[in-house]
Amino acid sequence: MAELTYRDAVARGIAQEMSRDPDVVFLGEDVAKAGGVFKATVGLYEQFGPLRVRDTPISEQAILGAAMGAAMTGLKPIAEIMFSDFIAVCFDYIANEFPKSRYMTNGQVKCPLVVRTGNGAGSRFGAQHSQSVENWCMMIPGLKVVAPSNPRDVIGLLAAAVRDPDPVIFFEHKSLYPTKGEVPDGEIVDTLGTAKIVRPGKDATILALALMVPRAIEAADRLKTEHGIDCEVVDVRSLVPLDMQTILGSVGRTHRLFTVEENPRLCGWGAEIVSIVADEAFYDLDGPPVRITTPHIPLPSADLLEDAVLPTVDRISETVRRSLES
Amino acid sequence: MLDKANNPKPGLNDDIGEDKRLELYRLQVLLRQAEQRAYDLFLQNLVKGTSHLSLGQEAIAAGFAAAMKPGDLSFCTYRGHAHTLARGVPVEEVLGELMGRDNGLMRGKGGSMHLTSVEHGVMGSYAIIGAHLPIACGAAWRAQYKGHGDVSVCFFGDGTTNIGAFHEALNFAAVWKLPVIFVCENNHYMEYTPIGDVTAVPHPAADRASAYGLERIIVDGNDADEVYRTAMAAYAKARSGEGPSLIECITYRHSGHSRADPAKYRPEGELEKWKERDPIKIYRERLLEFGIDPDVMKGIDDGIMREVDEATETCKAAPPPPYDIIHTDVYADGGFAWRN
Repeated sequence: MAELTYRDAVARGIAQEMSRDPDVVFLGEDVAKAGGVFKATVGLYEQFGPLRVRDTPISEQAILGAAMGAAMTGLKPIAEIMFSDFIAVCFDYIANEFPKSRYMTNGQVKCPLVVRTGNGAGSRFGAQHSQSVENWCMMIPGLKVVAPSNPRDVIGLLAAAVRDPDPVIFFEHKSLYPTKGEVPDGEIVDTLGTAKIVRPGKDATILALALMVPRAIEAADRLKTEHGIDCEVVDVRSLVPLDMQTILGSVGRTHRLFTVEENPRLCGWGAEIVSIVADEAFYDLDGPPVRITTPHIPLPSADLLEDAVLPTVDRISETVRRSLES
Repeated sequence: MLDKANNPKPGLNDDIGEDKRLELYRLQVLLRQAEQRAYDLFLQNLVKGTSHLSLGQEAIAAGFAAAMKPGDLSFCTYRGHAHTLARGVPVEEVLGELMGRDNGLMRGKGGSMHLTSVEHGVMGSYAIIGAHLPIACGAAWRAQYKGHGDVSVCFFGDGTTNIGAFHEALNFAAVWKLPVIFVCENNHYMEYTPIGDVTAVPHPAADRASAYGLERIIVDGNDADEVYRTAMAAYAKARSGEGPSLIECITYRHSGHSRADPAKYRPEGELEKWKERDPIKIYRERLLEFGIDPDVMKGIDDGIMREVDEATETCKAAPPPPYDIIHTDVYADGGFAWRN
């Protein structure tokens, strides 16, 4: 067991998979010699050499297209899109090419690749370098979508993504890169499509993803200490496949549901989950499900403004308290 | 470009030879008749949706296919029937796909614009302009990394040269020295608009080559011999590790952009002028000039007509795909489940 940063966990996860399988290759902007703009891929170029760890031009379409061509002919590429906002300039591959190739060709073409990308706010980068865009990908049939919240999950879910036969979009949260967590020694391989109860409780279920997970846990701790409200926090981890059994099981025990979403409100992942719960567990609920989200706005840059719009520990705990007490 | 001075006495036993020339002839006639049949089936409402024909452009698909080795990969556009057939995919499977039948190449799940046959090296037909150029780069990267020796070829129209992915892929392939060949079929119209009206240079592909350190190559895309020789040179270059080529083939499509397009934007007489340079007419005259017995060509023509007729009847009799395939192959587990 060792303490590792989320950032170092990325490099360790990639290294674990590249060591295991020579068909795993890695490409992206500034990822090789420079070790990545977030320093999340330091040492890989030195360890695996220039044929497997490759710097690309600023050509997001070429990066994802090349990853796809390599994947469909036998390699297992990991491609980095530096900021998840840039998915917009290569969205054709995410929306039209990766996820539809298997279906349109009646199963002939396979596309086993991973797109890693820096997602989320907190760095005061403004509206084009801070978004949470996991919902852009969640809506597309054929993709898998993962967003880890801690170093151990980074390694385990990245390994699962690399070994998965489908295209996986892997959202790393930029504000989590410096955070630390305990990571066991040796190989770590997790399972896609499994949510995790990270804090058991009986009074309400709080679903969260990525950066919102530590905030939800802190809010739950505060609710317990200050108000005696015992919340269960579920780290959703994987939006596709979606572990509804864990979520429905939790709601069945607590009878209240809250989602904590960094994405802007419209069509956020929580909306889909709330609709499923309303469909399948309506009579388990003792009150309306409540979504705690960023408002439907582009993100502002100034620190005070950015902090004001993301779900905070204060907002989560206050929303849950008011809802349960009303 | 082919240096004609190096080939002063073209003939049956020159660098191409009789067998290869008959193959080039057969391929062109096959593509012509199969696509003409697809058009006729449209008129009978047996082919639905859309379709983009290569009538008049057959020499390019034939010339490249004849230059390929087994294992070489083709990446096509939505105008991909000809390139798919040229790799040996049965006519029946192509027409079946166009007609939405269960015997179709992808059982009706892809349609005209997405013809794919991995076993024949046809790695897909891509309907988003430019998307497949970077994808071909990736396949070439795999060949380079694994030392497989195969070459990827990527066909596209003149309109593609104005989209970003074209430029990203050209630079990427040149920097990584990838074994990939980019083939622009310049048929003079992006869709309905003359390419010259919307492009800064006269030759939409070749005039961009120097920006990526590549040779400026323009060939007569209606001359199968010239296409074949150029293709052979590009394959040899790619296989020897010398990197990508960009080849602009000058041609003309006899039909509109798609089946919805009567091509009224063409100046009067333009189509007739190009029909004088019909690639099959040119090739037939050349073979006669070389002394090929007209009966040999008639034998090829008749054989292809039989093949296309039989394929048509088989497809007409084929059942539609079953509804249960709607939900298959979304994910690798064979199904479409996104939750538990």
